[in-house]
Amino acid sequence: MRSVVRGIGEVLITLGALLLLMCVYQLWWTNVVSAQAIATGREEITQGWRQAGPTPTAAPSGAATATVEQPSYGKGFALLYIPRLRDKVWGLPILQGTGKEVLAQGAGHYRDTAMPGEIGNFAIAAHRSTHDEPFANFPDLQSGDKVYVQTKSAWYVYTLRKDDPNLSPSDVWVVDPVPGQPGATPTRRLLTMTTCTPRYGSTGRWAWWGELTATSPTSGPPPDGITGTA
Amino acid sequence: MYAWMWHKLPGPLPAKLFEAVVALAAIVLLLFTVVFPWLEPRLPFNDVTVDEGSSASPSPGAS
Repeated sequence: MRSVVRGIGEVLITLGALLLLMCVYQLWWTNVVSAQAIATGREEITQGWRQAGPTPTAAPSGAATATVEQPSYGKGFALLYIPRLRDKVWGLPILQGTGKEVLAQGAGHYRDTAMPGEIGNFAIAAHRSTHDEPFANFPDLQSGDKVYVQTKSAWYVYTLRKDDPNLSPSDVWVVDPVPGQPGATPTRRLLTMTTCTPRYGSTGRWAWWGELTATSPTSGPPPDGITGTA
Repeated sequence: MYAWMWHKLPGPLPAKLFEAVVALAAIVLLLFTVVFPWLEPRLPFNDVTVDEGSSASPSPGAS
């Protein structure tokens, strides 16, 4: 009898230790792993741009842009710079797709939403806690803040316009080409960023929307507000 | 359980201690490199995307 009780106690202590270890893994180790993956990814993206030769076509001049092909799933195709979140989001890789293994390597691009600079809604998501928590300080963002997206060919400067911190995970309309107007034909070049809220939780979503306000070629000088980039 | 394992460890006390530490380290390593990475995407934590409510759908992505 006594040994049975002791056995149960030991199992419970072991389970407790496992849960503690899981917390250590989530809150600390994922940051270590993701920070490394993000640094490697950034290097690969910029190297890919260099290797593929000089910029093939000049940056879109703001006029009609041909529809850009969607990258293959998991491929990094752009870098994200947000001065307000400079600690974490400064050359953050943007990869195609929003699966969890993708989000562990940077920001994820909602598949089949617009590509950077395109007419429509360029929609991305990133972690606010764990996995290097790029959007840890998401609530600090303010209307008027700039968000820079660098691709092989161009810098796209979006200006944040509004947010909604009280969304539900099922509010898929936020990444629609015209958010809130299903089926409407987009005419503007929008940006949507989503993350979780509350932090460390999964019950709600927080979104920020912005609009493209400037474009310049990557081959030229970086836009105002960006200095000392790779 | 742990008393039984302790008895099974061979050698004198210092050797037993060493073996116990190595075994513990191996278990933690296995957890951090294999078990937790496998388990994590299956848990409903840290979802940051809007989708139809399914949390653990890695490859189809979400839109």
